[in-house]
Amino acid sequence: MFEGKELTCIRGERLVFTGLNFSVQAGGALVLVGPNGAGKSSLLRMMAGLLKPASGKLLWNDGLALDDLDEHAENLHYVGHHDAVKSVLSVLENVRFWAGVRGGDVSEKNILSALDVFDAKHLADVPGRFLSAGQKRRVNLARIIAAPAPLWLLDEPTTALDRASIALLDSAIRKHREGGGIVVLSTHADINIEAATVLDISDFALRREIQGAA
Amino acid sequence: MKQFVFLVRRDLNLAFRQGMDSLLVVVFFIIAVVLFPFGVGPEPGTLARIAAGVIWVAALLSTMLSLERLFQIDYDDGSLELLALSSLPLEVTVLAKVTAHWITSGLPLIVAAPVLAVLMQMDSDGFMVLIVALLLGTPSLSLIGAIGAALILGSRRGGVLLSLLVLPLYIPVLIFGVSAVDGAIGGYEFKAQLLILGGFFIGTLALAPWAGAGGLRQALE
Repeated sequence: MFEGKELTCIRGERLVFTGLNFSVQAGGALVLVGPNGAGKSSLLRMMAGLLKPASGKLLWNDGLALDDLDEHAENLHYVGHHDAVKSVLSVLENVRFWAGVRGGDVSEKNILSALDVFDAKHLADVPGRFLSAGQKRRVNLARIIAAPAPLWLLDEPTTALDRASIALLDSAIRKHREGGGIVVLSTHADINIEAATVLDISDFALRREIQGAA
Repeated sequence: MKQFVFLVRRDLNLAFRQGMDSLLVVVFFIIAVVLFPFGVGPEPGTLARIAAGVIWVAALLSTMLSLERLFQIDYDDGSLELLALSSLPLEVTVLAKVTAHWITSGLPLIVAAPVLAVLMQMDSDGFMVLIVALLLGTPSLSLIGAIGAALILGSRRGGVLLSLLVLPLYIPVLIFGVSAVDGAIGGYEFKAQLLILGGFFIGTLALAPWAGAGGLRQALE
């Protein structure tokens, strides 16, 4: 179970959200929605431990997640705006590196089967610099299959993906959840996640009128 | 440990495939030293006297040149975030990247240095000590540089800022590096200088990864 309690995010001197609570059971999914700048990415970075909450806490299976960031990092995969694909390395080498740095299985068979999940197996020998934005994203997503972790934090994972790839991501997420994994993703509602809790972050922003009065 | 080696190998692999980057550092080092005989004139006495200092200063500057890219590329393409989220502590990640940096930019300088010493008419008594001093000193340069490279992430004109941050911290290495070589040439005791360089290396080895990781965490927020 992954929970957040009374989380507050301050960026610059601006209060992005406050008093935010969420809870996702094993096998659950949480979809973050909200207008641009509402703090979807900030919340995901906070969940990953990259951004410290100004107040509040994160609980992973009832333990404080932020007490041991290295341990917390082992439990999660984060997909951000950048795809971290090196232009001079082949797709296979890219994914193999990320699997290896997580202590995962670096055999060619494992990497290729991870690439196959996102229909990128035929790209294995292509250097990163020849990939399109959508292909890079698929390689980045294959990375999280290659070295399994229970919590997936996906920041607008469907960006640059075509419809067929979104369907592949959809089924990868379903499979991950069937295995007891948790998925948190932010999206502009172009992916269909079953039985997901939807969290509208703009509900936790201080209303402008109140800020004005204070 | 396995992951540490993995990271070092990946960085070396990247450096070799983008061969120009590390080559540029050595080429700069050689050109900078070669300029001196033109500037100060070819009298053997003059050149020999300033040889150690020139080689060390050029080594400092060429190390500086390669530092900006130490974390910047990984920062720009999102790799740094993922490295911070790997099970490897960020301090170890910094150490791995510094190790790869030293192998690709420190080690070539040490190989090129004796040739340049000949060019600068340095007394041959100083050659061995120059190499040993560079072996002890250049890792410190990479380690200190990593702190600066981490601190400038996300800032504009990072390269200039980096030299302002890092060069003053290089002064101790420069002083003892040059005085060890000059001592050997003059026939004096030079062990103390080498020991101080070694001590400086151990000190930076203990401190720089922590400071560098702190800088990276700040940049990633």
